[in-house]
Amino acid sequence: MTGLLFLIPVALLLGLLGLAAFFWALRNGQFSDPEGDAARILSDDDDEPLEDRK
Amino acid sequence: MSTLRQQAPTPEERDTVLAVPGMHCAGCMSKVERKLGALPGVETARVNLSARMVTVRHEQGLTVRSLVEALEDIGFEAQDRTDKAFERVSAVRPLLAPLAVAGFAAMNVMLLSVSVWSGAEGTTREMFHWLSALIAVPAIAFAGRPFFASAWKALRKWQTNMDVPISLGVLIATGLSLYETATHGEHAWFDGALMLLTFLLAGRVLDAMMRDRARAGVDALLSQAAQGALVVADNGTTHWHAAGDLSPGMTMRVASGERLAADGTILKGNSQFDQSLLTGESEPFAHGEGDKVLAGTLNLGSPVDVRVSQVGHDTTLAEIARLMEASTQNRSRYVRIADRAARLYAPAVHSLAALTVIGWLIAGASVYQALVIGVAVLIITCPCALGLAVPVAQVVASGALMRAGIMVKDGSALERLAGIDRALLDKTGTLTLGRPVPEAVSLDALSDDDASVALALASHSRHPMSRALQGALSQRGIVPAPLETVTERAGEGVFAKCRGVDVALRRPESAGTSAVALVIGDAPVRLLPFSDQLRPETSEALARLAASGVTASILSGDRVEAVGEVARSTGLTGIGGALPAGKQEMVARLRDAGHKVLMVGDGLNDGPALAAADASMAPGSASDVGLQAADFVFVQDSLLALPRALATARKTMAVVRQNFTLAIVYNVIAVPLAIAGLVTPLIAALAMSGSSLLVVANSLRLARAAK
Repeated sequence: MTGLLFLIPVALLLGLLGLAAFFWALRNGQFSDPEGDAARILSDDDDEPLEDRK
Repeated sequence: MSTLRQQAPTPEERDTVLAVPGMHCAGCMSKVERKLGALPGVETARVNLSARMVTVRHEQGLTVRSLVEALEDIGFEAQDRTDKAFERVSAVRPLLAPLAVAGFAAMNVMLLSVSVWSGAEGTTREMFHWLSALIAVPAIAFAGRPFFASAWKALRKWQTNMDVPISLGVLIATGLSLYETATHGEHAWFDGALMLLTFLLAGRVLDAMMRDRARAGVDALLSQAAQGALVVADNGTTHWHAAGDLSPGMTMRVASGERLAADGTILKGNSQFDQSLLTGESEPFAHGEGDKVLAGTLNLGSPVDVRVSQVGHDTTLAEIARLMEASTQNRSRYVRIADRAARLYAPAVHSLAALTVIGWLIAGASVYQALVIGVAVLIITCPCALGLAVPVAQVVASGALMRAGIMVKDGSALERLAGIDRALLDKTGTLTLGRPVPEAVSLDALSDDDASVALALASHSRHPMSRALQGALSQRGIVPAPLETVTERAGEGVFAKCRGVDVALRRPESAGTSAVALVIGDAPVRLLPFSDQLRPETSEALARLAASGVTASILSGDRVEAVGEVARSTGLTGIGGALPAGKQEMVARLRDAGHKVLMVGDGLNDGPALAAADASMAPGSASDVGLQAADFVFVQDSLLALPRALATARKTMAVVRQNFTLAIVYNVIAVPLAIAGLVTPLIAALAMSGSSLLVVANSLRLARAAK
């Protein structure tokens, strides 16, 4: 039974983490152009590291 | 992801949003971004391929016109959408967060519930119930909002829709569970309530996704109207003015191949005009000095100067838009099948629950016991399967249609289309391709050398006829010949030298016929006639329509003789010379006679009729108005899209009816158990997910419906 005290918070925390990640992605526009993102991987001139483009 | 969205432009910069319908692939995307990025004054250009839009950040001084021209150079049509870009609201986005929350909460609560069902006792069970409550109550409050809001809106008007029993079921289940938890009871229903929300939200997200995609596709097609005109000032200089900046009294110069941006009278020059957008008339009109020309017509011949008489809301174009608005109201009165079912379902279920409570009270149960059983009836009848029955079937069917090149713009469109028994088809652009195509016989007669010269010449012009010729010849595998010193003289043709010989593709001497003349050196001039041809597979499409019990006829604004010709070749009855208001009236007359009418049309002149009909369809080449008014837009050339959409709509409604039957069978089994007081949360969860999965599985059979 003491295992529960430990496991339940862990389970909830992991779930919340997933939820938070989803909300982050939603806010960040990850879902605004799914078709374009799928095609973008094919273009060659777009592959410099992201840091340089900011 | 995009730096554009996160940072506001600096004061020297500006964001412009252009719609570029021609982009389909990674290649187009990088071509557009590279071209725009290389322009002086452009900071960044970022394509959104899903929406077929490109957002350009550039210096204030750079005009939108120069961006559009840059894209024209690499073969993409573009249109300024900066003002409208922000109006585009996605139906999916507001639902994603509720779905994520409901899914997260449902999974965690289900985990706790499973332990309770497998025999957790005493304090452990109580702790699990409290934990469930802690997760479920805020989650239900957040994820249930779309349903609560819609139910409240209906209730305030003394109506009921599907969301009313859903909201009641969820709220009552939550309230009862909280009470049970607080009083150390045995059963909590948090898992059921959350699962219900998750299922229903998933259905709605799918539905919204499909509509968003269709709308983006249609938005991208809208490009027919002229965006502006070249205005000639008194001193002879010319400046580009956007359509909104034109005012009566200005003189605009309309080049060949351009559309008029305003109504006016011709000051100088004479030319051929294609008015098919307004009237459906396929033959070009010749207009000269002093003649009136209308906004939206296409100048086919030589450049003309036009004195603007009416702009914006006063043009004939705008008049048609007003007619349409009036007839759209007819359609908004249509009640969707799910809501019609809810009108019967909700009162039946609610009185059943009330009767159960009264029955148990009479039978001698305590008030608490009677209430718990009444609530169980409400929860078990909460229309999970019923709520999914329509949207899932429609989503799967719309997906199938979308893959077949038919976009479904409106949620209730499939329902409305399934019931039609009369079809009215416009002629120009609907039964026919609506664009001049060189006649195959005359192209066959050309030698390969001549054809390669013709192709090379045609590829140097943007005139609609040159483009059609270029398309037809490229399709035959002709390779263009090398040309020197190419010049295009507006209204005359393209002139060049090929291997030292003078060649030209020009307007034939006898004006008025749809043809181009091919001149090669001193050889006799070849005349290549153009005609507007019937769409491929028209006769098969019409035969299939007739076989499914739909009487079709032609309703056109074109001359009676032209309509008669097409009527003979298709075997349909036809009405010619109909004005926009006349078409609308015809639709209304048929509807009054008890028919369900499908209108298929593309032009501006069909707009009012499209809006007034029970269901409407337009080809992808249709005008703005046609695309906006139609429920379905098909992007392929073949007219087979018509019977295909109809068959799919009917199959969809058959599946919807099966789904309703499944949901009712489920209720017939589950409700007596609930009334007898035998339903536990475990049974409720199993029954709910079981019936939902059954309905979803049945609907998935539609995935290949459009084949």
